[in-house]
Amino acid sequence: MVSAPPSFGPDFEEDLYKCVHCGFCLQACPTYLETGLETESPRGRIALMKAVNEGRIGPSPTVSRHWDLCIQCRACETACPSGVPYGRLIETVTAEVERHRKPSLLPRVAASAILKGVLPHQGRLGLLTGGLRLYQRLGIQRAVRGTRALRVLSRRLADLEESAPAVSGAPFRAGGQVIPARGERRARVALLSGCVMPLVNGPEMRAVARVLSRNGCEVVVPKEQVCCGAIHSHVGDLDTARKMARRNVDVFEAAGVDAVVTASAGCGARMKEYDELLQGDEEYGARSAGFAHVVKDVHEFLAELPFVPPTGRLDRRVTYQDSCHLVNAQRITEAPRQLLRSIPGLELVEMDGASRCCGAGGAYAITQRAFSLRLLDSKMSAVEETDAGTVATANPGCLIQLQLGARRSGKPVQVRYITDLLDESYGKESLA
Amino acid sequence: MPDVDPLVNELRAIVGNDYVIHLPEDLIVFEYDGSVDKAMPSAVVLPGSTAEVSEVVSAASRAGVPIVARGAGTGLSGGAVAEQGGLVVALTRMKRILEIDPADHLAVVEPGVVNLDISTAAAEYGLYFAPDPSSQRACTIGGNVAENSGGPHCLAYGVTTNHVLGMEVVLADGSIAWLGGRTRETPGYDLRGIVIGSEGTLAIATKIVVRLLKQPEAVKTLLAVFKEMDQASSAVSGIIAAGIVPAAIEMMDHFCIEAVEPAVNAGYPKGAGAVLLVEVDGLSEAVEEEASEIERVCRSYDPMEIRAAVDEEERARLWAGRKGVLGALGRLAPNYYLVDGTIPRTRLMEVLARITEIGDKYGLPIANLLHAGDGNLHPSVLFDERDPDQLRRTMEAGAEILELCVEAGGVLSGEHGIGLEKQEYMPLMFNDEDMAAMAKLAPAFGSRGRFNPGKIFPTGKTRAPIPHAGAVARTGAGAFI
Repeated sequence: MVSAPPSFGPDFEEDLYKCVHCGFCLQACPTYLETGLETESPRGRIALMKAVNEGRIGPSPTVSRHWDLCIQCRACETACPSGVPYGRLIETVTAEVERHRKPSLLPRVAASAILKGVLPHQGRLGLLTGGLRLYQRLGIQRAVRGTRALRVLSRRLADLEESAPAVSGAPFRAGGQVIPARGERRARVALLSGCVMPLVNGPEMRAVARVLSRNGCEVVVPKEQVCCGAIHSHVGDLDTARKMARRNVDVFEAAGVDAVVTASAGCGARMKEYDELLQGDEEYGARSAGFAHVVKDVHEFLAELPFVPPTGRLDRRVTYQDSCHLVNAQRITEAPRQLLRSIPGLELVEMDGASRCCGAGGAYAITQRAFSLRLLDSKMSAVEETDAGTVATANPGCLIQLQLGARRSGKPVQVRYITDLLDESYGKESLA
Repeated sequence: MPDVDPLVNELRAIVGNDYVIHLPEDLIVFEYDGSVDKAMPSAVVLPGSTAEVSEVVSAASRAGVPIVARGAGTGLSGGAVAEQGGLVVALTRMKRILEIDPADHLAVVEPGVVNLDISTAAAEYGLYFAPDPSSQRACTIGGNVAENSGGPHCLAYGVTTNHVLGMEVVLADGSIAWLGGRTRETPGYDLRGIVIGSEGTLAIATKIVVRLLKQPEAVKTLLAVFKEMDQASSAVSGIIAAGIVPAAIEMMDHFCIEAVEPAVNAGYPKGAGAVLLVEVDGLSEAVEEEASEIERVCRSYDPMEIRAAVDEEERARLWAGRKGVLGALGRLAPNYYLVDGTIPRTRLMEVLARITEIGDKYGLPIANLLHAGDGNLHPSVLFDERDPDQLRRTMEAGAEILELCVEAGGVLSGEHGIGLEKQEYMPLMFNDEDMAAMAKLAPAFGSRGRFNPGKIFPTGKTRAPIPHAGAVARTGAGAFI
């Protein structure tokens, strides 16, 4: 069954044929390492793209299944000597496949509904997470999990329930507020509020703002900002992603700031590549190129500032999980570690394969749940080997996934944002 | 072509459904390795243990299908390409390091273990595995054994066969045998030595006992930059003539520098015609002495720059450049055809000049990277496989380069194997009797053409033979060979 090859465009072709199938990417790929299968490797996925592009095979479900299983962690890009922009390739292919796919499975319907109907609307998302928070606070969750009643009703619903993030407190709202700098003002920054993180981790978002303020930054949180669009591009909905990108370029440009700071690695990666997303857009193409340069990951920004080393003591053994969107997409490895090491009393121990994906991958944890959990369980074994009581992370997707991992392993492991640990250390010094 | 389908169910019963691949779309990703050759297998199986390999091989033998062993698929001569279809046995799931014996300086590993992972695991004991192919981050030890792989450091330390003590292998009838053992010498025939480099035609290795070396006390890595390839070639000859045997002498031309520098920021200067990477290791005093001697020799050929890596990080970067070159050629062209000929190192300069002429003749750029110390050339013709005429010109240029190497007194392959790529050129070096003697090995191992058929030996269209050309050129006409 060979249909006419889908049209991916000349840029795609040029990117695609940069792959000389040397195989250097294999050992960087979490799905290859887990399975040992060439079909689940970057080189294999590219070979399938070439075969489809050349019309040898159609993009059948057999083929797209291998693309779907890619977490898009982009670790292969760091190993590739040829500079194949794999992230761009898989995004284009996923979008093309998605356009032709009839949604059928429950997870996909649910994911699509959340992505298109909820994520772009902070109000609706707030209602959803508000409900989740009540559910968790009122003890209903404990009852549901205790009786396993849900699993009897629907396995899929029970899976979703098990994966639901723990809502840590009141949401963080982007309300146009300005948080003044403490001490002498060193910079004026805009904080990307994001979509999931402010609702699920409101207190931790406030900690990010406090840390920035403590380091002499005036922090503005523009009200009109929207979700960065990362999850949409991840699942192939590039139109919605572009809509969001244009809006954010407008809003943050108008804020008149030295930097646009993101606390989520996934958002930072997406926004730093707005120029690729908006390529060819007459009005926004050039503007987004300039915009990409002012986007800074919070850890990167603090390290460059440079930050004020905290003096409050935190006696903890901590291991750090590199977020794919920080280590692979933004190539930031040292700044987060530097921040952690600066905290007095904190002992940083490296786990085996710290830069290997935990299996979160945006919507991946829902759409490819079984495989996502396989990767997560491997990750938790690596964490366990370090004897660390805390896993630090720089990204909400990883935090939520690792919290699920901790629950599954039954071990008393805390999962914390780096900025949260910093904030705790700064907090202790004011008490002293 | 025997039908594979009835075999699929049998294979599933042995390894489980997840590890038998037979859908045509899925098989596409097993049609290639790191070379230019491609062919579709009929099915792929991924056994998880020696017992499973044995059962799989028995089943495939009974069904009468070809059996092609495969590791990471990074090979450069088409060794893992299933030329005649049949069953690919991928060993990537067998990736356990079974034992490291720090007292006896050896490790026992499964074939799917990645080359570099052996050294990483042995580092804890101050030991390492010496053969270091440029693909060592990805290639597997099983593939290294099949191809008798080399690498930059083989100049001083030798190739894979010098570092493998013994192997457990599965033969074509499914029987399991040990060749060699845990010691340097074993009595009887050295069957271990025969199987290493046999390119998967005699047996499938399922456990490998490798030698580990003590990490050197000191290492010094020099980068010498030259305006012209000729100067770099002369410097190589000069170093060897001075009686020094460095751990490695690597050369890269301007194409390589242009391709790899943006990829890894190795620190190779733009505008250079060639760079030499020279490494010496051993006891601290000797290393310093040799390094300054090498520097003195290089200076006499008017380098643009010569410097030593100041720390381990810079050294790692210099090497990352060398080991990333091949993949980075993808930045210059969609494909490369790497020719693996070896020549006497005294003739480097003239052969490299002739290679440039060949490139001009066929209108194709040829990037030169070479293990210069042992005369192992890797001229890489850059082309686009989507253009049939370019592909034709590439193959012709490759053939001319190989003829040139043999004429110059060299051999067809330094470390990548013959495979599909160079089988038709075998008569350049061997006459019919030579090859008939070699061909007696497969039946002796009971493989009856079952293992990796259609490799090594010429299959059809042969080039005009120059009997014993290589050997004659090395030793002189009329010599006893």
